[in-house]
Amino acid sequence: MSVTAMKKTARHIGRRIKKSRADRIFDAVIYTVAGIMTLLTLYPMYFIVIASISDPNMVAQGNVLLYPRGFSMDGYNHLFSMSNLWRGYGNTILYSLAGTLIMLAVNIPVAYALSRKDMAGRGFFTFFFIFPMFFGGGLIPTFIILNNTFNMVDTFLVMVLPFSVISYYIVVSRTFFQTSLPAELWDAAQIDGCGNLRYFFRVVLPLSKAILAVIALWAAVGHWNSYFNAMIYLRTPERYPLQLVMRNILINNEMAASAMTGSAAADINRKANLIKYGAIVVSSLPIMTMYPFVQKYFNQGVMIGALKG
Amino acid sequence: MQPARTLGGRNTWERVRRNWGLYLLMLPAVVIFICFTYLPMYGVIIAFKDFRPAQGIWGSKWAGLKYFERYFNSYMFTNTIVNTLVISLYTMAVTFPLPILLALMCNQMYAKRFKKVFQVSTYLPHFISTVVMCGMIIMFLSPSSGVIPKIMAVFGVKTGDLMGNAGAFAGIYVWTEVWQHLGWDSIMYIAALSAIDPQLYEAAEVDGASKWQKIRTIDITMLVPTMVTLFILRCGSLLGVGFEKVYLLQNDLNISKSEIISTYLYKMGLKSNQYSYSAAIGLFNNVVNFVILILVNQISRTIGDTSLF
Repeated sequence: MSVTAMKKTARHIGRRIKKSRADRIFDAVIYTVAGIMTLLTLYPMYFIVIASISDPNMVAQGNVLLYPRGFSMDGYNHLFSMSNLWRGYGNTILYSLAGTLIMLAVNIPVAYALSRKDMAGRGFFTFFFIFPMFFGGGLIPTFIILNNTFNMVDTFLVMVLPFSVISYYIVVSRTFFQTSLPAELWDAAQIDGCGNLRYFFRVVLPLSKAILAVIALWAAVGHWNSYFNAMIYLRTPERYPLQLVMRNILINNEMAASAMTGSAAADINRKANLIKYGAIVVSSLPIMTMYPFVQKYFNQGVMIGALKG
Repeated sequence: MQPARTLGGRNTWERVRRNWGLYLLMLPAVVIFICFTYLPMYGVIIAFKDFRPAQGIWGSKWAGLKYFERYFNSYMFTNTIVNTLVISLYTMAVTFPLPILLALMCNQMYAKRFKKVFQVSTYLPHFISTVVMCGMIIMFLSPSSGVIPKIMAVFGVKTGDLMGNAGAFAGIYVWTEVWQHLGWDSIMYIAALSAIDPQLYEAAEVDGASKWQKIRTIDITMLVPTMVTLFILRCGSLLGVGFEKVYLLQNDLNISKSEIISTYLYKMGLKSNQYSYSAAIGLFNNVVNFVILILVNQISRTIGDTSLF
């Protein structure tokens, strides 16, 4: 048995023996609160799923609370015929892929350069890249520059390029490089006649898969979930990403917009709700199913960020 | 090849030349940042001009402080500032301390599997997009078909139309924020707690400390630097309540309490094309945020020893 394992067991036994009445109550309270919180967190998501496959009337009457009732796939059937949703899906996949690649390509090299203490002008460039975290031109000047100077409004490029430099990603990856790459490695490479570029691509990148994964996942989720830039900078519905289509369905009530009165309208509204539940499931599925498998990378990233660089 | 450190060094140009590869690595990000982040900072001068798109940013006539005065004198000034502050202070008062409590609680759990399930499920909602989140809020709270009024009715509580109740807006915003981000926001504190030397606890146990005493004297003390850093960052965005969620939750009935600076600015700027007026509001907002950040950072540096820069 290793020393740490022995220590652990010793602590465990010690705890078991010494557990006072107050400590036992303390534990009971903690596990109860945590249990309730877990249920409160999971229930709304569970409800969306069961509501999406239930009879919309049952849902509207409040009869669907714990399990699906009056099983119906009408919502999903309708969803499959909604071409704008699937086009949005396709657009989002495209924006997410291209956007993530660009983000990796621009932020990681900067982070590495800033981690090098022997680079002249390091202080200046660090300020250059961090200052916008705290101050910016704001929405309107940015819009005017993109619209009038660069003519980028309503293009594919506006969704992936202008906002690809993220100060926070740079700070986190810089910290990673500073703490995980020993300076001796660069010294040794230099003696072997290796230049900065070759060193970065041949040595640094292969050693930094962890941070690449973290930034790629953050960037991908960010692109997948964002609607703001699309709302501001896109005009053509054919270019809309998933979240903007979702906004029209969920918030602007595009489904129920056909203004009818009486029971027909009520029926349409109930069906609209069914479609909404289904749309939520369909749009969130990729991230939600992927998340448990890549969870450790997300946590790692936050923890690297917590170290002060 | 000689090792870097013996080479030149006194001469800056020599140092730049030696590491030219590093500057090349930064080039794409520098160009993107200059075009799309620093150019808009220059573009912010339209706040002091009568901006006409045909005349361009520089060519438009100077207007002095006209647009600032117009904002300060409009009835929307107090309205938007008060709403922004109410939402932002309420959010801070709730979402700043809760993740700390959650992390402390998590740190007390010894049932490994339970802890894992608890953490994964409380992180999960963080990955729901803002659009879907707001869609869920609106559907769940709907007085006719929402699940929350149905559940509350079981307990005999009449909720009424919560989304149409202006007074409930801040509460809805804040507590859904808690549901979505509480778990995620606690990661940084959990990381800080896991870095505590176990010997500290062992020493405390030898002295007969109860769990509660250990939390108070060890855990909380060790979290202070993380708390201060995150607190300063939070203060820096006191007037920067996120646009995305508020905008989606707004409706005609709650607008009196939900019109915040960023949503007002968006409507003035991009919906009514009052570019200069909107840029002035944005600049005012950013300057206030920046000044608060510097002040709080300065105060923290003076009384404690934690600061951002």
